[in-house]
Amino acid sequence: MKSAQVPESDAFPTRRYDLVKEFTIALAVTVLLSAGLAGLFSSPNVPPTTLASWSTAAPNDFTATAVAELAGTSTSAQYGPPYNHVPGAGQKIGPLGLQRAAGVRIPVDPAEDFVLRPLRQAPEQPEVTAALAQWNAASADQQQSWSSAYADALNKAPDGDPAKAAPGDYGPVPVLTARLLTLARAGSLDGQLLSPGRFYQTAYTKPMLFLADGLYLSDRATEQHLTGAQWGMMNETGNYPGQAWLWLSTFWYQIDPFKSSKNADAEIWAIMAVLSLALILVPFIPGIRSVPRWTRVHRLVWRDYYRTRR
Amino acid sequence: MTAAPTTGAFAAPVDLNHPGHYLHWGVVQISVANLVVMCLMVTLFVAALLLPFPRGRRDDE
Amino acid sequence: MTSSWTGAVRRYALRRLPSEKLIPETQPVYMASWIYVFGVLTVSALVVVLVSGGVLALMGPGWWHVSGVGRYVNSVHLWSVQLFMAVMVIHLWGKFFMAAWRGRRVLTWMTGAVAFLVSLATAFTGYLVQQNFDSQWISGQAKDALNATGIGAWFNVFDFGQMLMWHVLLLPLAIGLLSVWHILLVRVRGIVPPIGATAPGDGR
Repeated sequence: MKSAQVPESDAFPTRRYDLVKEFTIALAVTVLLSAGLAGLFSSPNVPPTTLASWSTAAPNDFTATAVAELAGTSTSAQYGPPYNHVPGAGQKIGPLGLQRAAGVRIPVDPAEDFVLRPLRQAPEQPEVTAALAQWNAASADQQQSWSSAYADALNKAPDGDPAKAAPGDYGPVPVLTARLLTLARAGSLDGQLLSPGRFYQTAYTKPMLFLADGLYLSDRATEQHLTGAQWGMMNETGNYPGQAWLWLSTFWYQIDPFKSSKNADAEIWAIMAVLSLALILVPFIPGIRSVPRWTRVHRLVWRDYYRTRR
Repeated sequence: MTAAPTTGAFAAPVDLNHPGHYLHWGVVQISVANLVVMCLMVTLFVAALLLPFPRGRRDDE
Repeated sequence: MTSSWTGAVRRYALRRLPSEKLIPETQPVYMASWIYVFGVLTVSALVVVLVSGGVLALMGPGWWHVSGVGRYVNSVHLWSVQLFMAVMVIHLWGKFFMAAWRGRRVLTWMTGAVAFLVSLATAFTGYLVQQNFDSQWISGQAKDALNATGIGAWFNVFDFGQMLMWHVLLLPLAIGLLSVWHILLVRVRGIVPPIGATAPGDGR
């Protein structure tokens, strides 16, 4: 398929073709279809989860998540770049660790940002002030052992209900998380997790990371078939068509070795980058660029031409 | 968990906001809505190849 | 007459793309298939996407959550995007099976492919700025992919302001420029002749 063998298009006989008329008709068709489908089906709009709605609908999940933030065991606390420094964290493409190379550029300290600072900034109750003082005076090991013990106790309690947790040495942790729950249910935590000290806000990094650490958000997503294991990337809430064009990206997450790889994101998006480049470079890829000749779909497209040529 | 409904004059006659229908086929899991879109695309593609295109007047013969 | 840069640009443009090539009233006889209309359908769907998006921009990102008219315009935007993606992909299938990159048309294919990829990014950022559960969940999932490749350190899907800028300014601008470039290339080179075609009177 060398270009030298392809004749110039203006060497061929022509016939009348009204491009402007074609465009006008096409525009009318797309306008009518879009307006009609919009009128018939509207659009999906499932309301967002707020920290208030989460802590109200699933208070025990909220408390367990807050304890995990203090214990440093939550997803955010273990995340690594670009949010925090965690030894060994960060996905790799083979030996290539781009996540670590990018560094910590959006710093998030989950225990401090999601739990301790909001408590300090809220109107302080004496017992919360005392609990914060006790927490701050303790060693990191002590903090860790209190919060881990409380996390275990909540895990064993019926429904994870703090009221039913077995007594134990949890230090100030139960007071801190109970107060945080009160703040969250009142709606004040939603505002406090945005960048402190600024009036105008556009970054929802902290409240979103905190929300995503709990189970409530992913439970809602599972209901709507949106999780990664459900081909969720191409799905939409309700019965609406979603981003069907992402079928290939979401497909890789369903199969081994990616399904069970801790570097799945990095590996899959490296593959997608290569495939995207391949799409752009199709005309240069031997084999692929010859598929059109072999498949003979073109015989249908140009059947008039091939018939009259004979 | 429900979607905010459209109300008044702009209420949609067909409400697609109730729980989605999904098909499972081995590892494949697909929403009926996406499947309908994909089938329509393939149908359009095949129809475009097969249906006769109106012939315009030959210009220079 | 002294030569000016302006004159040089005009002469170059007119030589590459004389008006009868830019908006011709005829097409080669071999252009006789419904598959050809999916290119112009893609352009017209893009126009509906841009206009409905423009109306949403007029009233701001929160409008469609509180207004029936806003909700309807948002719906037009959604469905025109679904149409745009569908007809663009059919156009892509068609051009692939026609090997439409032949005859010095490689750049036409490449600008089209890049426009397709940029459209995916635009749709993605659109889902992020809906301000609903979709946006929350999609950003929560997408951050892992973007962070894993290092991009997330600069492209923060949780930053509504940043995503809105990408969605309503940078990416549409890119799609617009790529589309214009793509269409001009089609007009400069003309419609690709059938596979195996020889020019009439060129010794069959």
